[in-house]
Amino acid sequence: MTTATTGRSAAGVTGTAHTRVEGRDKVTGAARYAAEIPFAELAHGWLVLSTVARGRVRALDTDTVLAMPGVLTVLTHHNAPRVDTDFVGMMGVPPDPGTALFQHDRVPHRGWPVALVVAETSEQAREAAETLVVHYDEEPHDVAFSAGREAEAYPVDGHMPAVVEKGDLDRELAASAVVVDAEYTTPEEHHNPMEPHAATARWEGGRLEVVDSNQGTHWVAGDLANLFSLDPGAVRVRSEHVGGGFGSKGVRAHQVAAVMAATVLHRPVRVVMTRRQMFSLAGYRSPTAQRVRLGADPDGRLRALEHRSLNQTSTVHEFVEPSAAAGRSMYAADAHHTVSRLVRLDVPTPTWMRAPGEAPGSFALESALDELAEKCGVDPIDLRLRNEPAVGPVSGLPFAGRNLVACFREGARRFGWAERDPRPGVRREGRWLLGTGTAAASFPAMAMPSTASVTAEADGTFTVRINAADIGTGARTALTLIAADALDVPTDRVLVRIGDSDLGPAMVAGGSAGTRSWAWAVTAAAEELRRGLAPGADIPPQGITVRSDTTEAVGALAQKERHSFGAQFAEVAVDPATGEIRVRRMLGVFAAGRIVNPLTARNQLVGGMIWGLSMALHEEAVRDPASGGVYGADLAGYHVAAHADVPHVEADWVDDPDPDDPVGIKGIGEVGIVGAAAAIANAVWHATGVRHRDLPIRPDRILSAGGDA
Amino acid sequence: MLDGDPDARFLGGGTNLVDLMKTGVERPARLVDVRELPLNRVESAPDGGLRIGATVTNSDLAAHPEVRRRYPVLAQAVLAGASGQLRNMATVGGNLLQRTRCGYFTDVDSPCNKRVPGSGCPALTGEHHNHAILGASGHCVATHPSDMGVALTALDARVSYETADGPGELPIADLYLPVGETPHRETALPQGALITAVTLPPAPTAANSRYRKVRERASYAFAIGSVAAALDLRDGVVHDVRLAFGAVASRPWRAFAAERVLTGAPAGADTFAAAADAELTAARPLPRNGYKVTLMRNLVVAVLSELAEEAAR
Amino acid sequence: MASSTSSDLTLSVNGEKYTLTVDHRTTLLDALRERLDLTGTKKGCDQGQCGACTVLVDGRRSVACLQLAVAAEGHEITTVEGVADGDRLHPVQQAFLDLDGFQCGYCTPGQICSAVAVIEEHAAGWPSAATADLRPEAGPPPLTPEEIRERMSGNLCRCGAYVSIVQAVARAAEANGAAAWGSSATTAPMTSPARSRCSTATRTPASWAAARTWST
Repeated sequence: MTTATTGRSAAGVTGTAHTRVEGRDKVTGAARYAAEIPFAELAHGWLVLSTVARGRVRALDTDTVLAMPGVLTVLTHHNAPRVDTDFVGMMGVPPDPGTALFQHDRVPHRGWPVALVVAETSEQAREAAETLVVHYDEEPHDVAFSAGREAEAYPVDGHMPAVVEKGDLDRELAASAVVVDAEYTTPEEHHNPMEPHAATARWEGGRLEVVDSNQGTHWVAGDLANLFSLDPGAVRVRSEHVGGGFGSKGVRAHQVAAVMAATVLHRPVRVVMTRRQMFSLAGYRSPTAQRVRLGADPDGRLRALEHRSLNQTSTVHEFVEPSAAAGRSMYAADAHHTVSRLVRLDVPTPTWMRAPGEAPGSFALESALDELAEKCGVDPIDLRLRNEPAVGPVSGLPFAGRNLVACFREGARRFGWAERDPRPGVRREGRWLLGTGTAAASFPAMAMPSTASVTAEADGTFTVRINAADIGTGARTALTLIAADALDVPTDRVLVRIGDSDLGPAMVAGGSAGTRSWAWAVTAAAEELRRGLAPGADIPPQGITVRSDTTEAVGALAQKERHSFGAQFAEVAVDPATGEIRVRRMLGVFAAGRIVNPLTARNQLVGGMIWGLSMALHEEAVRDPASGGVYGADLAGYHVAAHADVPHVEADWVDDPDPDDPVGIKGIGEVGIVGAAAAIANAVWHATGVRHRDLPIRPDRILSAGGDA
Repeated sequence: MLDGDPDARFLGGGTNLVDLMKTGVERPARLVDVRELPLNRVESAPDGGLRIGATVTNSDLAAHPEVRRRYPVLAQAVLAGASGQLRNMATVGGNLLQRTRCGYFTDVDSPCNKRVPGSGCPALTGEHHNHAILGASGHCVATHPSDMGVALTALDARVSYETADGPGELPIADLYLPVGETPHRETALPQGALITAVTLPPAPTAANSRYRKVRERASYAFAIGSVAAALDLRDGVVHDVRLAFGAVASRPWRAFAAERVLTGAPAGADTFAAAADAELTAARPLPRNGYKVTLMRNLVVAVLSELAEEAAR
Repeated sequence: MASSTSSDLTLSVNGEKYTLTVDHRTTLLDALRERLDLTGTKKGCDQGQCGACTVLVDGRRSVACLQLAVAAEGHEITTVEGVADGDRLHPVQQAFLDLDGFQCGYCTPGQICSAVAVIEEHAAGWPSAATADLRPEAGPPPLTPEEIRERMSGNLCRCGAYVSIVQAVARAAEANGAAAWGSSATTAPMTSPARSRCSTATRTPASWAAARTWST
């Protein structure tokens, strides 16, 4: 196993801009997404969701619906195939019981699937689904999340430990000359990828085949095999083009429903979520209520850092949004207490959403640091530089590269930070008050075991098989560049095949670790192949294939603090008379490992920053206390940033190759959103003199907060 | 043309009706596509005003030279609405008759007095940060979503319609019914009537007019508050003024009380604020939409101040 | 076969005629995707709230999800599959490709169809909410980034590729000879964009009989 290479960056294509290899298909409409692959004899399934938030299904009037034109079957808890949920899947956790469709009569939240209507056409399925009358025994429900629920909350370890404590918090706070104690909230947020979740399932030659839109076919195939008690080799999941995921495209109700219906009907069945259904079925980011206490010396040097975060989960599954973990590797302090807790409500289970934990957590922590800078009369960047740790502030481990200071220095220079007047509320341009803000960003740099194969074909080309998922990240293109360099051939001789569980186990597109994990496996196989190929040697018709498995190499990585970092800058204009806020420019400078493809990497980092803008100003799903569902569950009711909201946003990076990665990659998928909302909120304070600790910062909040100039 | 069929609907651009058919709010048995009717022209009216056919698209209306020149408030209002795609489809008649975007109205699993009379109004105690502050009732607090209608209201437009019994006409101020106890009854049009045209009277005041819309995105979002205003100043005194509000009531809201305060008064921020206050004393905000009172007051002052500045040039 | 709630119709898409029978409730979007296998037009929300299904109807951009297929008969539909000139990409497509004006690609066909129309609308002198001076005498405004953003706002991109999309639209507009930002305003003819381009679609209905009725 080769785990280190050197000296290639000077020559190869890695690090140079390359348009997406599937780009032409995407701009011509030729790229087919999951719901667009034709199947003969295709039937269409339509999910029926509960209209009560808690209770039991007493009866379903299926007979009426079965008599409707084109209706083939109605699956309910009375007749659906049984599934097994007693397993731990690829993600290391038991499945969300929300994927165990139609197994019992309990309704744990509004929008819980209670039936699947399958018909010859989607119009027939839809009409029948809307006609199906479901009788419930309704029970009182509770969906009211707030900081006041702390008493019922309990800490849960998710993908981060729930509680980390170092030092004597009370003593350090008491000894602090300056203390910031503030509460922050972030609302329920939904991923809303542009492509709704869609899956088609069919049985073919004794195998279950699923064409799906997901972030990892190995993950989905494994969970489906477990759920339906199938041999792992009997399930194939394909997902070639994915119209966005952001954490929402794992194992969800649509795949399970499609498999059930295909099994019962012995024909292909497609299930597509409507946009409205996605607000119940696709997962979401929990609202958070966070409290941050910072204690510092007069010069801003931290003595105490406490971050407590509360999030909600469903009554059937624990999912923790580890917002309090954001600061554990960021700032040195003698006392460091962080805890993420959750409270159970009659709501759908939340899930991973771009930078889970870090996105809301950094809003609170990086806003609190800005408040501390204000109180100490220290420049916000200087404050952060003064609290730079030499080693992990809690872990004591060395950093595998920490170039946050370089990000701030370069960002400050390019943004023009030195000319900034620190006083709030003093810059006016017509009806607008202007302000600037900054915040730090970080996100863990992980690698996960993956397998790959590289084949030298008889025609002189090379085929790379890696079960990666390109959900818009540019992974397919990045892996093409990496393979070309490892093989020392031009990119047009490399074909990368992804998105098919038959390609073998590999990391999902998630945790900002996809491209790094896949690149590692591809590099290992390609280099071994290259070494083994004698120049001019004959290639047999079936080609020469080398396989790799990085399990051992990834497992051998030394324990270190491994993160991407970044410095976020924003300038905003606020009209105090109307509450309108416009972001005028954003700049992010990142230390995020080696950048494989600057064209797509910049786009992805900028996209993350725009997510931060959208989070800061727009996004909020309001859970209606009476119905228990999301009010205005569509893209007119749930605002994401539109073209007109987004100014010129720039992302750039400093040199920061990971010394322990064969390609030097760290990961860029999520660090772009981290800190971006805080930078904007801090800029709003700088513009108006009013702190906004609750997202989103909308006109109603600006006006209600007063401070009208 | 609907042959008295209560389950038939006229289909214009479809940007609202087709959506409501998908969500199950509307279940028409028959659709009558009126877009090919000869109602797609903008013409000068005999009195010097402008007659706008009911199937003129929003895009064509906003791009029309006479509208841009003589009624800029209308062009601005239209351009502030929806998106380029939707403006290409949406028609003038349909715009006036579009339904509220209240999330309880569009969710057929929710109670809603407008959709199912007597079922209740969850907005009163639920989500209502973008609901009405003026003219609402305990039965419904939904707002009318139109931007165009706000400008047409300020301009005293007249709405022409056709029925089986012949043509008719309504001032736009009378088109929408008060909410009261019957929020499901929205307009004063006779059953089966088809809007055929909207006529703008000649309005020299409208040459100095503008539309300002505040929303939660910079574009492609419904208003949380808007103002259509036209102002004619003579020697620093308000000679003529038109003022209408959007997104604060079940209909475009003509601010008659404010206009009375303004007319004959010296132009200035104090006068404008006093006028806004005169209108907004009638406001009955809900627990979480009181900001709209502040917003509308500030908008009135801002927009009238801008127009006064223009007039002084 | 047509019935009381369905009709036989002919749709003209990308210059080709397609004859099919559709349920009166079927939207143009579903007809394209499910019946004609033209899946380039995307379904993002099915409610006119995202723009992913943007197509050109008689050259004008429209959302296909809110248009009934029966109402599209007699109009020339252009989808993303019909934008290119054979193998030669449309300048808008080429600019999106070169400048990476997308990530996941799902909103892309709608963005591209919209951009093609935006460039024409601008060239025809149509103002936007970002246009400071609406008077026709002022001529078309320079196609600044602000103008492009406002005009493209009906096309959401959840990946957040907006910055490169705006750059791509600007590049394609310049290639088209449209006044780029910074250039002086000129008086443009007040033509109606696009509709004049498609001769098949200019129909002048003569009477009330022009109304078409469908049972649903």
